[in-house]
Amino acid sequence: MSFVEYSEFIQEGDVAIIFLGHDSMMPVKVQQGAQTQTRYGVIRHSKDLIGQRFGTKVTCSKGGWVYVLHPTPELWTLNLPHRTQILYTTDIANITMMLELKPGSVVCESGTGSGSLSHAILRTIAPTGHLHTVEFHQQRAEKAAEEFREHRVGHLVTVRNQDVCKEGFGVTGVADAVFLDIPSPWEAVRHAKNAMKRQGGRVCSFSPCIEQVQKTVEALADEGFQEISTLEVLLRVHDVRSITLPLPDFGSDQPLETPTDTPVPSNASVLCKTTTPPRDMAGHTGYLTFATKPSRDNLCPMI
Amino acid sequence: MADNGDNDSQHRVNEGDYVVLKRGDIYKAVQIQKKKKTVFEKQWFFLDNAVGELYGTTFEVVTGGTLQPRKPKHVESSADAKEAGTDNRNILDDGKSQKLTRDDIETLKEQGLKGQEIVQQLIENSTTFRDKTEFAQEKYIKKKKKKYENSVMVLRPSCRVLAMMYHGREPGKICHLRYDTLALMLTLGNIHAGSKVLVFETCAGLVLGAVMERMGGYGSVVQMYPGGGPVRAGVESFGFPSHFHDTLHEFPICHVNALLAGTLDTEAKNIDADSGQANGDKSNLTQTDPEKAESKECSPDTEDQRMETSTSTDPAADKEREEREKRREIRGQEKKVKMEEKRKKLAAAAAVLEGRNADGLVIASRFHPCPVLLGLIKFLAPSRPFVVYSQYKEPLIECYTKLREQGGAVSLRLTDSWIRHYQVLPNRTHPMLLMSGGGGYLLSGTTVATDTLKMGSTRGEEPAAKRLKLTETTDG
Repeated sequence: MSFVEYSEFIQEGDVAIIFLGHDSMMPVKVQQGAQTQTRYGVIRHSKDLIGQRFGTKVTCSKGGWVYVLHPTPELWTLNLPHRTQILYTTDIANITMMLELKPGSVVCESGTGSGSLSHAILRTIAPTGHLHTVEFHQQRAEKAAEEFREHRVGHLVTVRNQDVCKEGFGVTGVADAVFLDIPSPWEAVRHAKNAMKRQGGRVCSFSPCIEQVQKTVEALADEGFQEISTLEVLLRVHDVRSITLPLPDFGSDQPLETPTDTPVPSNASVLCKTTTPPRDMAGHTGYLTFATKPSRDNLCPMI
Repeated sequence: MADNGDNDSQHRVNEGDYVVLKRGDIYKAVQIQKKKKTVFEKQWFFLDNAVGELYGTTFEVVTGGTLQPRKPKHVESSADAKEAGTDNRNILDDGKSQKLTRDDIETLKEQGLKGQEIVQQLIENSTTFRDKTEFAQEKYIKKKKKKYENSVMVLRPSCRVLAMMYHGREPGKICHLRYDTLALMLTLGNIHAGSKVLVFETCAGLVLGAVMERMGGYGSVVQMYPGGGPVRAGVESFGFPSHFHDTLHEFPICHVNALLAGTLDTEAKNIDADSGQANGDKSNLTQTDPEKAESKECSPDTEDQRMETSTSTDPAADKEREEREKRREIRGQEKKVKMEEKRKKLAAAAAVLEGRNADGLVIASRFHPCPVLLGLIKFLAPSRPFVVYSQYKEPLIECYTKLREQGGAVSLRLTDSWIRHYQVLPNRTHPMLLMSGGGGYLLSGTTVATDTLKMGSTRGEEPAAKRLKLTETTDG
């Protein structure tokens, strides 16, 4: 198993995702002799997991069953231990496309945080790209590096424990894309520009507050970036439901032939297959600001 | 990995490259061909001068239709010193404030004035300009620039650029798939290098190209196609290196049932890749292969001709006959070779599919998604994602329901994406006035091992309590 390559059978040391039913999942580190408690009973790694195919049904000790899934960055995002607020798949998907990430891309990212976006980037740039990720919190930087190793993607990423606003990304002139998710992204714009290839590249800044966006857009414009664009994306989920709607009884339009006490009410109803929205939905995550660094020959602050 | 200044060539435009022209929010995909006139936004020009320049360069279209790289200008010292008003209480919108007529402007254009200069003229000849607020002045200048500017940016094609182009220009060709929905498909489908992905799309090849871009030439993609042949116009616009096409297979869906049943014979010489199996029925060949039919019709005539002229001793006519026969032979041979190639391709694609171990499935078409999904999901290995796009919600509700009944998939989600662009300017920051009304719907899920012993498993994926609620009537 690795987060950048599928495999068929579960092996020791793998991370697997236990699917318990209806959006309920948990990550598991597969180890000889280990056991995992679930609401359906115990899963014995040696017997139930190692050597089994990903996707098989595993019966737990109490008799209930679960599915064991191959990890993907998307499943990881839903199950990883949060050290910080994380980015979710909807934003990640748009960032990936708008930054034009693909196999071989060199990407700079700060802050690493809990590694949600990092895993998605690594999946997209493998096997020939590289991710330079900067995290100013020492323990988070160490935990991220450890996770990358466990997930067998360590060769694709370099974690640096420093402040991107002061010291930059640790590399210059190599990045096809830069991503910023920090409190003061405008302070890192110049470093982003330097980290990027001379021939140009894409940059993205994620900020929850509009004031941050304004400052960042100004900084990007001052540094000569073009195609500056800010947007937000939200996901709407539709819950599929079968609903029964009773039909009203307006009575008969014919006079009653034989006098009875009351006309017999009809119990007609209609079955509809439709969707309903959930009670709440994510209303805001953050604003995404994208821009293009033109080639050095073409750098000119635009009006 | 230091910046190598000499290694520019892959960042420069070459003749024959597929590029995307951009002005503002308008995109157009074209191929660089010297001395060929291109039309873009009502302007005609030659792309010759783009060759050798870096991608991302902005050009001016000068008289004569040639491109000139735009010189980086120094910062326009913000015209704060200029006059401006405080509000619009005294500005009358009577349409008479611009003193230049349309003809005057045409004259200026003919004189070869640059866009910048025309805008300057418009400002000077506007009676109300100096009464406008600074914001209104900026807005006015921006608007006029957009109208009279003639700059063109030459971009390297990418999923981002092409998806926005198709959505803006020809949404009907891509089933109104909006770019953020496409982004979600690629991510939810875990499309990455080295995997084996099945694609069924009728989006002019945009979805296929996007998948190929994320695969980077590693792994394999099988395009399942309906009807005569795979549509790939959109794929060309991506300008992939030729080795990418080595990973691309195609398979006609008319043979899917046979492949699943194990009755597809790819060795059969008379198999026609574009229609149902020949089944040893020779008459099929003449129906389905018009070329062959033609040649059969042709032969009687030429036979007659040969008979007629066989008695002639004219050497010129003889020679002509010989050449005609030679050509016919060559054509016959070429056809044979083509048929054999097609058969080989079909066999190769079938081999890729047979193992039923594909890593991902992407569906985006005008066909009803339900049968497509149920048919193609059988080719997926367990614990692999699939994504189905539909312009409409109801067909996906059906898919969801059928999959739930049938089993074999978890984490089923029916979603759609909402996107909003912002104008960010000091003291003028707000969402854009116009917003996309919809970008289509997605059904996503993950396959799991099918339990052939437990058909119609009763527990399902939902806890019991939830199931009770389904039969409750909705409140008024």
